[in-house]
Amino acid sequence: MVKKDFPLIFERSKEGRVGCSLPDLDVPEDDLDEKLAASYVRKTAPDLPEVSELDLIRHYTALSNRNYGVDSGFYPLGSCTMKYNPKINEDVARLEGFSHIHPYQDPKTVQGAMEMMYDLQTSLAEITGMDEVSLQPAAGAQGEWAGLMMIKAFHEANGDYNRTKVIVPDSAHGTNPASASVAGFEAITVQSNEQGLVDLEDLKRVVDEQTAALMLTNPNTLGLFETEIVKMAEIVHDAGGKLYYDGANLNAIMGYARPGDMGFDVVHLNLHKTFTGPHGGGGPGSGPIGVRKELTPFMPIPTVTKKGDLYVFDDKRPQSIGRVKPYYGNFGIYLRAYTYVRTMGAEGLKKASEYAVLNANYMMRKLEQYYDLPFTQHCKHEFVISGKRQRQLGVRTLDIAKRLLDFGYHPPTIYFPLNVEEAMMIEPTETESKETLDDFVDTMVKISEEVKTNPEIVQEAPHETVVRRMDETTAARKPILRYTKD
Amino acid sequence: MNFRYLPMTDADKKEMLQTIGVQSTEELFSDIPKQVRYDGALNLKKPVSEAQLKEELTELANKNANLRTYQSFLGAGVYDHYIPSVVDHVISRSEFYTAYTPYQPEISQGELQAIFEFQTMMSELTGLPIANSSMYDGGTALAEAVTLSAAQTKRKKIIVSKTVHPESRAVIETYAKGPNLEIVEIDHKEGQTDLTQLEQVLDEQTASVVIQYPNFFGQIELLESIKDIIGQQKKTMLIVSSNPLALGYLTPPGEFGADIVVGDTQVFGIPAQFGGPHCGYFTTTKKLMRKVPGRLVGQTTDEEGTRGFVLTLQAREQHIRREKATSNICSNQALSALASSVAMTSLGKSGLQKLAVLNMQKARYAKQKCIEARIPVTFDGPFFNEFVIELPRPVAEVNDKLFAKGIIGGYDLQRAYPELACHMLVAVTEMRTKDDIDTFIKELEEIING
Repeated sequence: MVKKDFPLIFERSKEGRVGCSLPDLDVPEDDLDEKLAASYVRKTAPDLPEVSELDLIRHYTALSNRNYGVDSGFYPLGSCTMKYNPKINEDVARLEGFSHIHPYQDPKTVQGAMEMMYDLQTSLAEITGMDEVSLQPAAGAQGEWAGLMMIKAFHEANGDYNRTKVIVPDSAHGTNPASASVAGFEAITVQSNEQGLVDLEDLKRVVDEQTAALMLTNPNTLGLFETEIVKMAEIVHDAGGKLYYDGANLNAIMGYARPGDMGFDVVHLNLHKTFTGPHGGGGPGSGPIGVRKELTPFMPIPTVTKKGDLYVFDDKRPQSIGRVKPYYGNFGIYLRAYTYVRTMGAEGLKKASEYAVLNANYMMRKLEQYYDLPFTQHCKHEFVISGKRQRQLGVRTLDIAKRLLDFGYHPPTIYFPLNVEEAMMIEPTETESKETLDDFVDTMVKISEEVKTNPEIVQEAPHETVVRRMDETTAARKPILRYTKD
Repeated sequence: MNFRYLPMTDADKKEMLQTIGVQSTEELFSDIPKQVRYDGALNLKKPVSEAQLKEELTELANKNANLRTYQSFLGAGVYDHYIPSVVDHVISRSEFYTAYTPYQPEISQGELQAIFEFQTMMSELTGLPIANSSMYDGGTALAEAVTLSAAQTKRKKIIVSKTVHPESRAVIETYAKGPNLEIVEIDHKEGQTDLTQLEQVLDEQTASVVIQYPNFFGQIELLESIKDIIGQQKKTMLIVSSNPLALGYLTPPGEFGADIVVGDTQVFGIPAQFGGPHCGYFTTTKKLMRKVPGRLVGQTTDEEGTRGFVLTLQAREQHIRREKATSNICSNQALSALASSVAMTSLGKSGLQKLAVLNMQKARYAKQKCIEARIPVTFDGPFFNEFVIELPRPVAEVNDKLFAKGIIGGYDLQRAYPELACHMLVAVTEMRTKDDIDTFIKELEEIING
């Protein structure tokens, strides 16, 4: 039986229905077109849906029921840190004194907002061991780019114009090389060794006088701590390069180690990962950057500073890379992160990392009998298993991921990092209970059995979702990117 | 202190450590070399209970003068519009806000469809066929449009009108440093882009011309004439930044031949929240479809022929193409785009146009009242919901006095235009009643004459 298509909001529309109430015009009506040439007046109204308020609510409620979030169930999506998003965070962000303030108000009238920003900057500097933090970048990727632009500005200020290369490990997230390109650098890859760590010999080979920076995630995307970090810092620094910390995996080490102490010069954080900003179905995020003293002159403007008792915006940094975003960044996300930091304190954040690591190691040890584990040392907050064994039986990692949907789970990150065949990257986070982890492990074990006894059920999964596997090839070959009336 | 987000009990921990085969969690951190191990206690404020924290943060919020308590005439890119109640109810559904990017379409049809609908709405408003899923904000969307135009035309020169939002121009400057683009700014003349200067600086090296419509001063730029001028250079692109609410009334830039239209949908259902998160949109022609930054949602079918939606044309993106990606953007503003979709749905076809008209009428009334009060109105061209007035003393001084009367005055143009000292950019939205406007003008008069 063919399932009925779920309607678009445009297909629920009926001419004449209204979903809003606008105030009546209470001023004398003016001729709007007196000075406006006729060609500037829109001839046909934009074809937006016409629905009543209940139609609207039913539509979006139905859409939400066709979606899956952390509140729906376990979401072990590696490298994304899908931890619980506390409800108080949402309430705080909606306080009128935070949500309805304008960025161009006189700073004297928004001291509470600026105090919060200043406190958050200070807390993030402490957590990362950096000298100063700018909250401005909109997301991790923008933080990466802004950080690299600062490194570029630093080198150029030293008259060093030949540092055109940024080194990234083969296991790095795709944004790293992309950000390097956008910042005008050439991305150079350094290989991992058999332990899943950066190969020091290869690093020595690729580092030279053209090296602007090495970008590193630590723990790396395999969930492994780069144990030779001190030597790596030495190699890069000795060659005159800078060390960039991708904070995507900070959740593993809060209170245990700080990027600043490891020798990193620039750090970006993802407030929507480690610091519980909700992912929102793909943003808004927030990607603050922290730097060491010698890089502070290049920070984006403006920054929040304190003069006496007054918080002020400082845009007097002549060597600044400039603005990376209008206004002061994603303030609403700062509020969520700040509320979280104030809820947890130093002790709570350290415990969060402790349990994130405990949970990951526990799952890894329970799963290693059933799936290949390419790197066997203790992991940090996430680990990578391989579906190689299952692949030999004709079942791909993609199939396993889709089968998990039938059991009500969001699957792990798959086929990443690129240096592991049939990779499944699992990050449980600290907010999940042992029971949840056990249930998930049981399901993974069950699927590994199905692969042997009834592979079709895995290969053809999912069976229980509102739609089956989608035809992505046609989607890309003949793109339909908007609704058009027949 | 108990931590309510951490469910692990001592018994759980013990059992788990046993399974792992270690004595303590400390062993799991033994791979961190001693020299970089942090042994201190982070110097952070002590954690407090939920009730205490709520009180503390409410106090902090109350230190801010907010737009619901004060009458605001401040716009300059961020506007105080009414947000229908439905918006917050929809975006508070945690299936939406606690989800990640919809990489698993089978359990993400809700988000994917909502984005597809958003793309359709933005395409309708701008008159261009392709819209992406969102950008960080209007400023960075504009900067991405600029870098796209340079990559597409293989040219380095970008012409930007000074009537474009000053902070968007600042962001363009920063983005331009990566690919070493040359930014040439052209002056304003009577509140609009100086077309003579545009003709003079436009040449075969020009990748694109960047115009804001309505512009930063609220004036409606002559896109038709601008397109004619640009048409003299075959490959040069026209990039337009638009307040999408204004496009409820104005001819969409796509119809004038714009190649890329971007802007911010903050006007639809997104609070000012001190400047972010807002929501950038990015629309363009079919020709540039495969160069678009960020995520695109496309319609397709599943194995059984049921209609559904997926992230598509991903070969453009960083997680596939790495250093060859069209942009490094990853997380964007999905939840804000959802808020705007809900607000646009609520307004609907007739409501959006009516709202645009309301804004124009109220702003015209305010302008008329200024003229009657002999407060000079600086530019006389057609405008949307903002206009510029000249004051006999610095704007900051006037705004201080207005604030004491419960009014947040307009934007001080001196901040970005030294030649416009003592000039205030006044924004009037549907939120301001006739009484509010009358009071504002009366207070202004008193301050000026007092």
